[in-house]
Amino acid sequence: MAGRHGSGVDAFYVEGITPLHNLASQIKIIAAFLFVLILVLTPANWFLAFAFYTALVVSLILYIRVPWKLVRTRLLLEIPFVVFALFLPIFGLPPKIDVLGISLSEAGLLAGWNILAKATLGVLTTVILSSTTKPKDFLLGLERLKVPALLVQIAGFMIRYTVVVADEVRRMAVARESRCFEAKGPKSWKILAQGLGVLFIRSYERGERVHLAMLSRGFSGRMPIANTQVVSARDWAFGLLLPVSGLAILFWGWFWY
Amino acid sequence: MGLVLVLNNLALSIKNLKYAYPDGHQALFGVDLDLAFGSRLALLGPNGAGKTTLVLHLNGIIETISGSVEVAGIPVEKKNMKEVRRRVGIVFQDPDDQLFMPTVYDDVAFGPLNLGLSEAEVKKRVEVALEKVKMQEFADRPPHHLSFGQRRRVAVATVLAMEPDILVLDEPSSNLDPASRRELSEILLALDVTLFMVTHDIPYALEICPEAAILNGGKIVARGSTRELLANNELMSANRLELPFGMHLDHIPHN
Repeated sequence: MAGRHGSGVDAFYVEGITPLHNLASQIKIIAAFLFVLILVLTPANWFLAFAFYTALVVSLILYIRVPWKLVRTRLLLEIPFVVFALFLPIFGLPPKIDVLGISLSEAGLLAGWNILAKATLGVLTTVILSSTTKPKDFLLGLERLKVPALLVQIAGFMIRYTVVVADEVRRMAVARESRCFEAKGPKSWKILAQGLGVLFIRSYERGERVHLAMLSRGFSGRMPIANTQVVSARDWAFGLLLPVSGLAILFWGWFWY
Repeated sequence: MGLVLVLNNLALSIKNLKYAYPDGHQALFGVDLDLAFGSRLALLGPNGAGKTTLVLHLNGIIETISGSVEVAGIPVEKKNMKEVRRRVGIVFQDPDDQLFMPTVYDDVAFGPLNLGLSEAEVKKRVEVALEKVKMQEFADRPPHHLSFGQRRRVAVATVLAMEPDILVLDEPSSNLDPASRRELSEILLALDVTLFMVTHDIPYALEICPEAAILNGGKIVARGSTRELLANNELMSANRLELPFGMHLDHIPHN
């Protein structure tokens, strides 16, 4: 049965023409990684430093012209951490302080802020990375950075087959509903769980078939890739602007606080 | 009163059905199709003609937005959905999509249980349905241990167990070896049910369905006796339909 299929997983990529879009992906991956590392190294009570980081990230987002609505949607990823961060002040250790009549732990407040600030800035950094890098370029970047080939391949297959598996989920749901199944209430959980189990087995079997098809076309453990993009020192300098600025802020904080 | 009787004679009535996918791609451009109780109709059409989209309208998986679809006189709309889905049984092309329970028995029982039937009634329905597709001995086997042809037959049974008014088959002969093909056609011909078969397997359509309709470009472009439609070379080639290599209509016996 044909029907309409889901859209591809290039969905995170936002078409653009800024130099950041064209920059070799391994530089962007390194830059993003270093910047997140700097964020994590910054003590929670250097509030002004976090303000500077935010300014840096926000101006970068403006620069690559990602719509704010999109940024907001991707920030939803953060919600579990936010929930955890909100619990810390309530259940944290004394000394307690009163905020709007609620007794909150001082250490907990700081720890909550720490998670919230770093997670938000970290997610925004990955939004910048994913919006300017196509998934295939991202994988290429990982490969060039000498990440173990097996891991890169697994990530690659995940991207390739997400759409296929999502399609399979949809077809199974249609077949269920066509036999009067309604997904509501605990009674339906067993059926849904069985569906999930079947999906797992089928994905595993598909994996085997794909592997066989690869072997029969001469696959021997490495993906053949054409690596032609030339990377200059200027590219590195441009790409590392973000972590270097971050580092500058970190050093400034060192002296200031 | 007369009108009600007329409506009740039709297992399926589609009027001016139009549909465009949310992405703007229009698949159906005003489909009109009637199907009398007890008839067997093959819906022929090339890839991308809108066959699948049409099938998904029959039991409300795709909501009717423009035009109307009625099953046994009941409009396909939200408030009638359970009744409609009981009356329209769809056998999907890939049996693996349809079979997801641990055993054949559980899978055939899935639909009747959803209808809220008693345990005894469900048991009876499963036995009857499996007997009709000649799979009684396999009731306790897990579906993935069956051959493809057997799985296709179990998929038919899962729908028969709901005692539908119309049996809708999407490419029933695809991926079957010749023997499984024949076994399935024997089973289908023995069923006392209105049959709506979507296919581009033309010999199969001719064998099973006295009547055929051709869907192309989101419209029904022809309707009539299957043999007559197939004999019309101009019509056939205009709709990207052809008999398999080396086959001629005269070689296929009249049934």
